Order: sequence, then structure tokens, then C-alpha cells
Amino acid sequence: MSVNPELQGRVFPPVPPYLVGREKVREFSRAVFATNPINFDADAARAAGHADVVAPPTFAVVVQEATLAQLLAEPDAGIDFTRVVHGDQRFTYSRPIVAGDELTATLSVSSIKTLGGHAMVTAESRVVDATGAHVVTAISTLVVRGDE
Amino acid sequence: MSQTVTTPNLSTLTVGEVVASREFALTRDSLVRYAGASGDFNPIHYRDEVAVSVGLPGVLAHGMLTMGLAVQPVVDWAGDPARVVDYQVRFTRPVLVDGVTGALVTVTAKVGALNAEAQIVRIDLTVTFNEQTVLGKAQARVSLAVAPVSVVA
Repeated sequence: MSVNPELQGRVFPPVPPYLVGREKVREFSRAVFATNPINFDADAARAAGHADVVAPPTFAVVVQEATLAQLLAEPDAGIDFTRVVHGDQRFTYSRPIVAGDELTATLSVSSIKTLGGHAMVTAESRVVDATGAHVVTAISTLVVRGDE
Repeated sequence: MSQTVTTPNLSTLTVGEVVASREFALTRDSLVRYAGASGDFNPIHYRDEVAVSVGLPGVLAHGMLTMGLAVQPVVDWAGDPARVVDYQVRFTRPVLVDGVTGALVTVTAKVGALNAEAQIVRIDLTVTFNEQTVLGKAQARVSLAVAPVSVVA
């Protein structure tokens, strides 16, 4: 099985909206060893000008996850998830994620490259808020190891 | 709780200057906690026999956990997580987390580039485990503009 080159350019349907909970932000913040009060304390966040606690910079991966699951489950993708290694990751924010946000992510496959026996799949998940305004784009490159 | 945060002043920074560093002692508990918080329940991050069965030397930290913790010294230096407007890493080496002794991950953050007009500083992170770097091209772009961008949810 090898990665289908026709995936390049494919845009998937948006995944169901993700409602960002305050306790989820706190839980995630603890898990990544965050110590900033703006991640935990709504009053500290408001004092800094935010509507509620602010999620850590990598929190968008939680929202992105459902889009990557869509990609791996795509019947003609040819991506064997047991051979997938996370190559690189990027988050580009228009504004921070805060508790109370309702976020919708849409995945598109920006490139498929083959290198030796491996395939590099770059997938971009564009995350917007309830008004449709851009919040963050999460870009992952997945390395799919070839048959040995 | 309320606090006064002093935002770093871009004009006083120099390229190459170390702005923050921190050590993180990871244990298997850290991995289980991250699995629960992130929803990434791949068993290679908490079960030795599964990790070994797929050819790994042992249980590894989630790459996204390493990425997530590595930016925290930058967040604290900047004073507000919202100031990190862009963050990227390449996963180059795994962090093996021993069941008994855990793993010590060291992060050093230094100024990589300054953009005075946009009030953006690029912070380059060196993230090491066992004296080897585990992330490549680990760069956080931090906005030091008067107020970080935020809107009402």
C-alpha cells in the first residue's frame, strides 16, 4: 500500500465544532507544564485583556486531531497509520484560543512528496471561530514509512 | 488573582541572547497525563511491550508533549501565552522515558531574529535529552506589540 498522490489538494468536509472548555484548557495546560496564570485563572486572563483562560500554543492539536483522523480514515488515501511518524508541526495564530470558543476545523492536503521509499504528507487544518473568523492554522507533516 | 506582567522590550534584545531556560523532569505519569489531556492514546506512550513490539527501544514521550512543554519558558518570558503567534518544530529524535528514572528534557530559548517594525521576535529553542537535541528548527514567533491580539469569545 502506498500513499495516493491524488490526495494532494483534496479538501475535506469540516469536522463538527469543538467547544473549548475552561477545565479542558486547565487540564491541557497542566499536562504541558504550563505555569502562566493566564492559562489557569480567568481573572488573570481578563486582567490581561482576554475573555477567559487562554489555551497554550499547542492546544490547537486537540482541535486538529479529528481532521487528521479523517485523513487517515479516507478509504483511498493509502495511509497505513501504523507506519505514520509525525515529522513536523506548526501553528500559526490570528488570535489565541480562549475558553468558550466554538472552533471548526477544515483539513486540506497541501502536498504529497515521496522521498526514497517514504511519503511525506503535509496536511493543513484551518480553524475558525463561530463567526467564521480565522483563529489558527495547524500544519502537520506526516512521514509514512514505505514497505520494508 | 491579578498580576502585573512586564512585557519584554524588543529594542533591548539582541540576537543570540538567552532569554529563558528550564528543565523538565518527565515521568510515565507525565505521559499518561498528556495522553488524557490531548486525547492521544497511542500505547507506545505508556506500554513498554507495545513500544518494543513496533521496534522502539521503549516508551516514548509524545512529540506534541515535548513541543508543548518546550514553549513554556517562552510563554513565561513573554508574560502571556497569547503573545506566541506562531510556533513550529521538527521532530528529530525521540525522548525515551524510563519507567523508573523518567527523562530530563532541557530547554534553552534564545533570540533568533528581531523584527522591530512588526514588534515580532523569533525565539529559537534548543531542546535536549541525553545531551542530544530532540527538536529541529524549533522556533516561536512572539508578538511584543502593546497588547496581544485577543477577542471576546
